[in-house]
Amino acid sequence: MNAPAITMGESPARRALKRFFRHKLAVFGLVVVVAFVLIALLAPFIAPYDPLQTSWTRIRKPPSAEHWFGTDENGRDVLSRVIWGARASLMAGVISVLGALFIGVPLGLLAGLIGGWVDGLISRVADAMLSVPFLILAIALAAFLGPALENAMLAIAITASPVFVRLARGMALDAKSTDWVEAARALGNPPWRIGLFHVLPNIIPPLLVQASLAIAEAIIAEASLSFLGLGQQPPAPSWGSMLNSAQRFLTQAPWLSIMPGLAIFVVVLAFNLVGDGLRDALDPRADRK
Amino acid sequence: MWVWLLRRIGQVLPTLFILSILIFGLQQLMPGDPALILAGEERGDPQVLAQIRAELRLDRPIHEQYLYWIGNVLTGDFGFSWRIRMPVSQLILDKLPVTAQLAAMSFIIAVLIGVPAGILSAVKRDQPADWAANAVALFGISTPNFWLGIMMILFFSVELGWLPPSGYVPLTEDFWQSIATTIMPAFVLGTGVASVLMRHTRAAMLTALSQDYVRTARAKGLRERMVVWKHALRNALIPVVTLGAIEFGRLLAGAVLTEQVFTIPGFGKLIVDAVFNRDYPVVQGVVLATALIFVLLSLVADLLYMAINPRLRQA
Amino acid sequence: MKTMIRAALAAFGVLAVAAAPASAQHLRIALKEDPDILDPTLSRTFVGRIVYAALCDKLFDINEKLEIVPQLATGHRWEDPRSLIITLREGVRFHDNEVMDAEAVRYSLLRHLTLQGSFRRSEIADMESVEVIDPKTIRIRLKGPSASFLAALTDRAGMPVSPKAAEALGRNFGTRPVCTGPFRFVERVAQERIVGERFPEYWDARNIHLARVTYLPIPDNTVRLANLQSGAVEFAERMEPDDIKTIQRSRNLRAVAVDELGYQSISINVGNGERANTPFGRDARIRRAFELAIDRTAVNQVVYEGMYVPTRQPFPPASPFHVRDFPPTARDLPRAQALLREAGATLPITVEMTVPNNPDLRQVGEVIQAMVKEAGFDLRLRAMEFASSLQAAARGEFETYLVGWSGRTDPDGNIFSFSRTGGGQNDGRYSNAEVDKLLDEARTELDVAKRQALYARAARIAFGEDLHRIYLWHRKNIMAHSARLSGYRPIADGLVRLQGVRLQ
Repeated sequence: MNAPAITMGESPARRALKRFFRHKLAVFGLVVVVAFVLIALLAPFIAPYDPLQTSWTRIRKPPSAEHWFGTDENGRDVLSRVIWGARASLMAGVISVLGALFIGVPLGLLAGLIGGWVDGLISRVADAMLSVPFLILAIALAAFLGPALENAMLAIAITASPVFVRLARGMALDAKSTDWVEAARALGNPPWRIGLFHVLPNIIPPLLVQASLAIAEAIIAEASLSFLGLGQQPPAPSWGSMLNSAQRFLTQAPWLSIMPGLAIFVVVLAFNLVGDGLRDALDPRADRK
Repeated sequence: MWVWLLRRIGQVLPTLFILSILIFGLQQLMPGDPALILAGEERGDPQVLAQIRAELRLDRPIHEQYLYWIGNVLTGDFGFSWRIRMPVSQLILDKLPVTAQLAAMSFIIAVLIGVPAGILSAVKRDQPADWAANAVALFGISTPNFWLGIMMILFFSVELGWLPPSGYVPLTEDFWQSIATTIMPAFVLGTGVASVLMRHTRAAMLTALSQDYVRTARAKGLRERMVVWKHALRNALIPVVTLGAIEFGRLLAGAVLTEQVFTIPGFGKLIVDAVFNRDYPVVQGVVLATALIFVLLSLVADLLYMAINPRLRQA
Repeated sequence: MKTMIRAALAAFGVLAVAAAPASAQHLRIALKEDPDILDPTLSRTFVGRIVYAALCDKLFDINEKLEIVPQLATGHRWEDPRSLIITLREGVRFHDNEVMDAEAVRYSLLRHLTLQGSFRRSEIADMESVEVIDPKTIRIRLKGPSASFLAALTDRAGMPVSPKAAEALGRNFGTRPVCTGPFRFVERVAQERIVGERFPEYWDARNIHLARVTYLPIPDNTVRLANLQSGAVEFAERMEPDDIKTIQRSRNLRAVAVDELGYQSISINVGNGERANTPFGRDARIRRAFELAIDRTAVNQVVYEGMYVPTRQPFPPASPFHVRDFPPTARDLPRAQALLREAGATLPITVEMTVPNNPDLRQVGEVIQAMVKEAGFDLRLRAMEFASSLQAAARGEFETYLVGWSGRTDPDGNIFSFSRTGGGQNDGRYSNAEVDKLLDEARTELDVAKRQALYARAARIAFGEDLHRIYLWHRKNIMAHSARLSGYRPIADGLVRLQGVRLQ
């Protein structure tokens, strides 16, 4: 790949932005993400019907000109529910993953860079948490905090964080042994500086990949939580809970599972494309090719 | 090396200790009186409830319950299931082969699909092969397991009649029949993990391919394939190893929906049913067993790091 | 690569053969849940009773009309209202070849009283003593007259167990139960299968045409059906109403809808703690308005394809105690609104409903939510995992609770502990002295007609005037089986009796 020469004096952020916008797929992904965010925000204006309006005369009707995505088991318009559901699902997906990143990455870096008993403690707790069943944590939190979407996001963030701990730790361990970190250490840089400026940039690619994958898992996890009394409560829609109630009608009314499933797929795809673009844009070596 | 290994094994105990406290604490936070649910439809009788509480020591303070349990565990007694009265150790031993077989098969499928697809899409970056691999991988992760599972059952079992729709036959009983009962769930689980491995392999390969030494190697005129395999792949494997260990561990205990759909009860289903029935000895025992496996897996991952990155060995 | 594909195809060929049905004499039954412990004294779940139909015979059984008929007994007679004589069948053996005689029956009845953790104690609480008159006759003395005592002996309380095996295994008897049923326990793998083989010495062996029976817990509905469709099981219990169409389309399958003894209802907190202190909990007129806003038939149509039977009472239509002239109310919005005005309520009235996390109940909640909204109720649904919801209900942390009951043969089991002051399942703490009196009387009234009148009066007060519970419908057990299977007798208790069942 031949990148145009970069003019000196441009800030790294500008260069990164430029690199990002050169990446067509990434831009496409960004457009889709922005579109979904807009859909979520503007749901009251876009949705053709009230997502909660039931009608006992049009139950589980297949897609038609009137109802593009068909109607659900209570005669509600599936398209409107997908549009409104974007709110809960995007929040559950994005915010909980951000939370997991903020909890997991610093701890993982600490463990990998400092080592010794700090590593021991953090790694043991992460191991222990990975083996705690999600369900137990979810039920306990549901009772403790009460039913709300924010609490579901908290539960997802907590359970997703050990993966980021492990990932950051593994990459930090590897980066620690590289020449440039050793050089930085020899020059007397404190560990936090090494972590922030020398190690973090190098572990961004796998973190981005994991984060954009985790969004999909978080969206689906929100559904099982709403089922347990945490997360979106009926009749308010979320893509995950729509999938959940569609499970009873997989064969009789396939559009009930396909439509929210498709929405999840498109959003996850878009986030991953953006993640790929970011990865390239932030890679300090990308220009030197 | 041996000292290091011994030290790592020594760390298993603290993990299990932290975990046991965590589980006990969470159980306290969980609503749902075990006595009420255990009494089933006899819950209307206060005498029955009092009796259950006394028998299961639920009327004792929590620390006393914990000490009693941990004391027994240290002597190798995991207690018995409150619900079906089977020893927890027997339940674990019953389900371990199922779970291990399913996890191993899924993992093999995941590695066989995920790693080559990741390498391919990194090498053929921004070409149709890359796009196709990405689309398939992301489809794999955003498709709910229950959906894929039921679709496979409807197609392969009901339509074609090739595979049994559910149930489990042990490997020792009938090899082919055992593979037949596990291939569909292993595939469903494997595709999800394959997506994760594919995306990470791809990203790591891309990073590795842009590293100095790979470019140096290329400049030195080494054949492209050699470069890819020898240098890039080795570095690309680090996140794959980390994620592989975690995902393998998740396959052991987190395959609940798939186990449920295919009625192949392993650890996942055992834990979920135990949680819903508040069958705490089973929860505690199985979680402890999974934790042990998790810790061993993370040990293996650390060993693999060292094999991949020789410089770590000195550290 | 080509050879690999060929090898794979060959492997599939082998598998396809291997997946064929096992044996014509082997009946495989798909259960909705995994049963709990298989000890008649210690077990609690409905699904366990289905397995007992193969393993453990009872002193009495019930027939299609819910009448009590002898099984291991040959007959019974009341010497006086407190003394029951039961004569036993001769030549009955336990699976360990011990003889089932009066001594064994006495042992088994007393075991319910003495075994630690017994769940049968309340069912036979009226029993004072058991006497062996001769090897095939026992006399049971009661503390007082009891109308429901005999009915208890048609279920787990009436299952004799081998005293020898019970002594040897103690509380672990349930891991290897030894009873008198047509099939002998072979093995159990938790959550996977329970296997029984034909017991050659069974007293009614000429009615048993199967060599083996296997129970497979398959919780997912679609998968249970897929197993039936692909021939991996021959019988599946408790299917969803939606499945009936699929089943009827297939030439190889049959569906039978059997009335159930239980019901679905909305339990209301009228007196249990702070949460009862709402307009809804205090004022029966508001609850009546709520009931009048619900269209039971429409909910049933939307969620259950109209399969269930709308009701206003706990007694199913099949029961002789069903209150005939107490039909479910029809939807009447104007009257509902008038009642709310009369009660002087400020609209909308916010009511919370706890809904266990079960997909169809959740849908029922959503449908009711939409219906009562039109009358002026803001119904908030609170989805909760089942164990949590039970505790919340018992502690009074609920306003209304969507909850069902699997039902009992004797009417007492469907009403007493739910509507009597201090009743164990009276979560809303309803208390009405007159209802209490009627229910207590009905317990000891041996005359069916008089007892019927007592229950009718109680129902009219508790559910017609006080509305401490709103009954929605009586469910149906939808049983599906292969066309190869014949001889299944649908009985409202939902059990699958194996006598007379054949596989072609």
